[in-house]
Amino acid sequence: MLKLKYKQFFLLPGLIVLVAIIIFPLLFTIRVSFSSWDVVKPGLDWFGGKNWGRLFEDMRFWESLARLSLMATGSVFIQYLVGFGLALLVWRNIILKRFIRVLFLVPMMTTPVIMSVIWRTILHESLGPANDIIRILGFEPLSWLSTGPMAMVSVILVEVWQWTPFMFLLLLAGLMSLPNEPYMAAAIDGAGPFRTFFSVTFPLMAPISIGAILIRLIEASKLMETVYVLTSGGPGTATETSSYYIYIRGLRDYQIGYAASLSLAYLVIMIISLTIIAKILTRKIAQD
Amino acid sequence: MKSLYLVLKYLAILLWSSFVALPFLWALTTSFKTSNGVTGGATYIPWLQYEPSLEGWKVLVRTGGQGINIVAPFISSAIVTLSASLISMVLGTLAAYGLSRFSYRLGFVKNSDITFFFIAQRIMPPIVLAIPFFLMLQFLGLLDTIPGLILVYVALLLPIATWVMVDFFNNVPPQIDEMALIDGCNPIGAFVRVILPNSLPGIMVGGLFCVMFGWNDFFFAFTLTFTKTQLLPVAVVALNSSVTPWWSLSASALVSVAPLVIIAFVVERFLSSGNMAGAIR
Repeated sequence: MLKLKYKQFFLLPGLIVLVAIIIFPLLFTIRVSFSSWDVVKPGLDWFGGKNWGRLFEDMRFWESLARLSLMATGSVFIQYLVGFGLALLVWRNIILKRFIRVLFLVPMMTTPVIMSVIWRTILHESLGPANDIIRILGFEPLSWLSTGPMAMVSVILVEVWQWTPFMFLLLLAGLMSLPNEPYMAAAIDGAGPFRTFFSVTFPLMAPISIGAILIRLIEASKLMETVYVLTSGGPGTATETSSYYIYIRGLRDYQIGYAASLSLAYLVIMIISLTIIAKILTRKIAQD
Repeated sequence: MKSLYLVLKYLAILLWSSFVALPFLWALTTSFKTSNGVTGGATYIPWLQYEPSLEGWKVLVRTGGQGINIVAPFISSAIVTLSASLISMVLGTLAAYGLSRFSYRLGFVKNSDITFFFIAQRIMPPIVLAIPFFLMLQFLGLLDTIPGLILVYVALLLPIATWVMVDFFNNVPPQIDEMALIDGCNPIGAFVRVILPNSLPGIMVGGLFCVMFGWNDFFFAFTLTFTKTQLLPVAVVALNSSVTPWWSLSASALVSVAPLVIIAFVVERFLSSGNMAGAIR
């Protein structure tokens, strides 16, 4: 009995706080999603499933989900390729090792919105250095933020700048913890660097690669701050992600009831699709 | 062949380093410009291409109508981040120690499920929580106040604190606890007198992570405050949407991210020792 009391002393405070500030509001959101709470009539009435019906016909929501998937998977894929490449470069001894590592890590530590503000001045079409450098190199300047597809590329570019360090960090840690024996065996068999990479390094790195990709996908599925600062979802709705659309509906138009059902649908879709991706990726390892 | 590889390797490192450094260098040079260095197109080198001035920096500390007040948001951000980190680390360290040393059972719910429950909060998109948080703080009368933000940030940071500390305690041998218990301590005494002093590196790393995530959050600070309270990222982004000149915008951005660059140096030392790999597997 005494032992039980000590046990509770450690776990309960944190658990209670977490349940109180997260689970309780979440349950409340479920109730709100069945109300017509808006700016005219704030309060909990019974609205039935009308919000949910509206949601299924709301093309702007489904389009925002499609755009989110494209931008999230696109940027995470590039982050993985570049991060892996950088980790391989820095893995073996190089000059200025510590300095280069810190430099490579810094972007993920800095405030995303604030760096996006700086990026916005860099990508400014007539006054920013991005187009200036392109002009010096002799190419046509690009309309970074004012046409739909380019605006998406710009968002991905900034995301890659910000989050490749995270991939780099995890993959470098993975590389450094690899055992030595398979490399000696490969060297004895006379395998070249490419052969060694594809039949030793890459398979050994599969578990940590999948972990890193999943963590990044989870984070990228929340994508909104970069979009808000760089393009405000524009031009038109060309870069509007789900989070940003729900924000507009809920906290700008103040359609709280409808936004509540949107956010729950978004949460459920994210959990289901991330679980499926996790299952597929881990099954791939099991087969190899 | 070998030297060609080396050249390509350092070229790639140089290329990526320039990409990484670009926004910082651009912000640094822009912060010393006045309109003569901005409105005529991109300029880079002071004295050669534009006449440098300290105006962008001076305006940050000037009070009254003609200045951008970045000092008050900086202090608010520091208060919110540090208090929420402290609360989260206290609760998170306790919970992590419990989860790593004792076994809990509630029906079919076991330790690993509770640990997962803590970490899984990171999956929650901020927008999903923003609407109930907004209503909850409105109900409590804490909207647009520092205590309200601290409450919300604890929800944000507690999972991170617990995650780092569970991983840390799992690597501390339980024999240390047992020796303290044999010496006549009760579990709480053993925790305070023996475990905590031996866990300072883990506590430091967990604390730095909390500070980093708290300092970097924009979304909750943005949706849950209006006029009375303003945190640093919100203040800087507000400059972006107004007619603020680029030089003071750049200077305030640099001031906001400076503490994080210092943290980066500390965290690098810990992370490159390979501890993160263990946490993922």
